[in-house]
Formats: sequence, structure tokens, C-alpha cells
Amino acid sequence: MKIVGIAGSIVGSKTKTAMEYTVKAMNEKYPNVDVTLIDLAEYNVQFSDGRNYLEYEGDTGYITKTIMEADAVIMGTPVFQASIPATLKNIFDLLPQNAFRDKVVSLLVTAGSAKHYLIPEQQIKPILAYMKAQIVQTYVFIEEKDFNRKEITNEDVKFRIERLVEDTVVLTETYKKIQEEKDAEYDF
Amino acid sequence: MEKYRIDKNKGLEFGIYTLGDHLPNPLTGERISAEERIHEIIEYAKLAEQAGIDFFSVGESHQDYFATQAHSVVLSAIAQATEKIKIASSSTIISTSDPVRVYEDFATIDLISKGRTEIVAGRASRIGLFDLLGYDVRNYEELFEEKFDLLLKLNEEEIVNWSGEFRKPLRNAKVLPRPQSGSMPIWRAVGGSPGSAIKAGYAGVPMFMAHLGGPASVFKRTVDSYREAARSKGFDPAELPIATAGFFYAAETSQQALKDLYPHINEGMKRTNGQGFPKQHFAQGVDKHNIMNIGSPQQIIEKILYQHETFGHQRYIAQIDFGGMPFDNIKRNVELIGTEILPAIKKYTAKN
Repeated sequence: MKIVGIAGSIVGSKTKTAMEYTVKAMNEKYPNVDVTLIDLAEYNVQFSDGRNYLEYEGDTGYITKTIMEADAVIMGTPVFQASIPATLKNIFDLLPQNAFRDKVVSLLVTAGSAKHYLIPEQQIKPILAYMKAQIVQTYVFIEEKDFNRKEITNEDVKFRIERLVEDTVVLTETYKKIQEEKDAEYDF
Repeated sequence: MEKYRIDKNKGLEFGIYTLGDHLPNPLTGERISAEERIHEIIEYAKLAEQAGIDFFSVGESHQDYFATQAHSVVLSAIAQATEKIKIASSSTIISTSDPVRVYEDFATIDLISKGRTEIVAGRASRIGLFDLLGYDVRNYEELFEEKFDLLLKLNEEEIVNWSGEFRKPLRNAKVLPRPQSGSMPIWRAVGGSPGSAIKAGYAGVPMFMAHLGGPASVFKRTVDSYREAARSKGFDPAELPIATAGFFYAAETSQQALKDLYPHINEGMKRTNGQGFPKQHFAQGVDKHNIMNIGSPQQIIEKILYQHETFGHQRYIAQIDFGGMPFDNIKRNVELIGTEILPAIKKYTAKN
């Protein structure tokens, strides 16, 4: 199973800190899962110009192809101006319309305050549904006060991340099985 | 319709198109050489002609897994190898070529084929060719619109005065040779969405509409938008031909057809587009209302007649060879078209 984690912003550290913890939790619990973390701050990604994802080169091509090859994506994002950062929206725009078909996508969201709690519900899930994702319904929402100097200080957040990791893997395995059984029924 | 060499009394025209893809056969993992593939395509056109098929076209794609980058050269070989069948591109990416050179090439092919050649001009669904041929993809729309307009002008006028943004002006330019009858049919390739169809309608040019899957009724909206746009600019839609083009595969039973075709489509699309074709969608392809013509010959006849009733189009074009399809299967399909499908289509659509 291939899982890609994305830290969807190029500024700040909270999403990255939370995603690093997520990957660590994944490695500990599921050592056989192949996890790649893509921190957008470390890449030079161009804006989408409408081409097929296979045709991008360099960092952009690496990111689009890595996401498309994954069985599941754990998407980490901060909330900017009551929405997602442009850098993450660009990732969606670089991918084909049905990019998440047969993929599980789960969400981890960091924000300055609890006022943004429904942003993933209202702004990210519709995009994921449009792009045909199997969405892990429960997301992890982390506030600024849960961090201190690049560490998660709220134990409950750690528990929630561990449950997100588990839900992502369980749903991916289950979905794969359902899909295989269904495909076998077609007999072609 | 005469201008486009279409005789309504003869009923719905039946054509075949190839993208010129050069993919491994997913069942064996083997891929024939580019040389073999090109000869296969020429042979395919000859077989189509022998089966009584009306039209054969070859596409232009500049990327891995394709063999007909120089599609006009392949078409000229087909022009020489055949006698009656109409031939065309499907499509020529006019955006990244000089319309003058394209017109010279196709007018020459028209003379070699003695008046059987047409051009289908499109915008490219994959854009790697912009870099390869030295164009900026940011001008995707404008390059196409400007060059397509020029191509149409070259077809209408023997002495051309023209200026635009992406090419040096033409002053009293003569573009030679002229096609056999002075001009030739030029179609606009449309990907199935109404936006591009409307532009074809505004320009009053025939529409070549390609489609993957889905209900015919959805594509009817595109057809209606096209005709409405043409009417709004003073063109008579009854004089503008429409062609539809998509996946086709006939076998003894629909289950056998799905079985024979699916791996080629699924694996081929993974390589060329980066995503396969979901079985769930593919299975719906045999439904009468689905635009994919997959099934037994009798089912396909019913589908094509239903589509004809829905669209009132003048030409249907089948894509059979995608994804490393073995040539024997292609031959069997051409035979089924010639012996069973085509006679039935003509019987029901021709006016006596």
C-alpha cells in the first residue's frame, strides 16, 4: 500500500509538524505501508496550465505522479483567509478531474482558531468529492494552542492523529477489497 | 452538403479512425515496431476500403506510444494504396503547424487520392507538442483560432491577403497546389463539450465530435448547441455535416466484445492519459443509450441507428485499434462491419 502525506502550505510550521507526527505514527503502526511525505515548502511547483499530469516536469511532475500512484492521500493544510492555501489548491488543479477515483483521502487541518472548524467540511470535501475521492469522514482539526515550538502538546491531538492513520489504512484496505470483488464480477 | 462531398441519399456514412497509437498488447506485453505499426495502418485502410467503408482517418500526436507524428505522410501512403475511400486526418493539430504547409500537404494528398481528402483540425488533448514544436502553450486557444481561420481562408481563396499575430502576413500569396475541385472539406474537431462545438457553429464549419463514453443524450446537447450557434450566424444547419467518433468493438456476444476490448482500452489509457477506464463505466458501454458502440453486430446496428435518430449526423467513425489491439481482431471487426453492420445501416438510413 502506497500512502502520500502532503503538507499543503509553504509557510509556517504547524501543518508540517502535524504531518511529520502523522507519518511517524503510520510508520510505527504500519511498518509495511510505503509512506512518502511531500512538504510543498521543499519543492518548486509551477501553476497548473491545464496539461495532462504526466506532462509536467521537475518537482511538479514528481508531485503529480507520486500522488497519482498512491492508494491513499493524507492531506495536511492550514486555513488561510477562511479557506485553503493557494499552494494546495494548485495541487488539485494540477491533477485530472477524476484524480482521486479509487483513492482514499483523509484530512488534517491546522488553524488559528476554532472558528475555522467547518472549513474542511465546506471547502475541501466538495473538491475531494468532485474529484471522486473516498473520503475519510472524520478529520483531525488542530488549533494553534495545541502546538508549542514545533511540537504537539495536546495529547488528545496525538490520539486523534493515531485514529486518522488507522482509519485511512483500514478504509484503503477495505475499499481495495470491495473494488476487487466488484471488478471480478464483471467477467471481462 | 455537396460542398462537403456528402450525399444524403446514400445514408449515414461509416468511417474508421486511428489515433496512430503505438502501444504494447497488454495480453502479451509485446509491442510491434513503429515500421510494422505504420504498415498495419496502411493495410487497415485498404481492408476498410474493400469492406465498403466510406472513410478512414489518421491522427497526429507527438508523444511516447504514438507512431503517426507525421500523419500527413502516412495519409499520402494511404492515398496511393486506395482508390475509393475518403481519407482525412483526425485530427491535424493546426495550432502548432503553419497552415500554409498543412494546406499544401493536404491539397497534394487530395491530388494523389484524386479528390478524396479532407482535413479535420483540432487543438490537441495533450500539450507536450507545444514545447517540441516551439510554441507557447499559454497561447493554446488563440493559436488554434487564428490558424484555423487562416486554414479556412486558404481553402476559400486562391490569392490570399492575411495578417495575424502568430505568423508573418501573407500578401497576394498563392497557396498551391489547389485540391482537385478547388477546395476540400475542412472540419473542426470537438471534444464533446458544447464550448468548442459552439465555435464550430459560429464559423459555419462541419463538426467532428469525438467522445469516450456516456449517454448519447448528453452529446445531443453539444449537437444542438452547434446547430443553434450556426443558425445564429446565418448558416443553415441542414447544410453542415456532423461526424461522431468513438470506441467500437463487435464480437459474437456483448460479453465477448467487452472481454476482447477492455484490457486494451484500460491499459492503453493508463499509458497515454495516466488513468485507466473504470470497469463500472465500461460495463455500461453495451447499453443501447450509451454512445460506445460495443456489442454484438445486431446490438451495434441498433445503437448506431439510435444515435442517428438522436443526432441526425452524417457520418459515424469507429475507433477499433486502440491499445495494441491484435491485427487479426481488427480484421475480424472490419469484416463484421462490411458483411453485417454496414449493409444494415445503409438499408435503414439511405433514401431510395
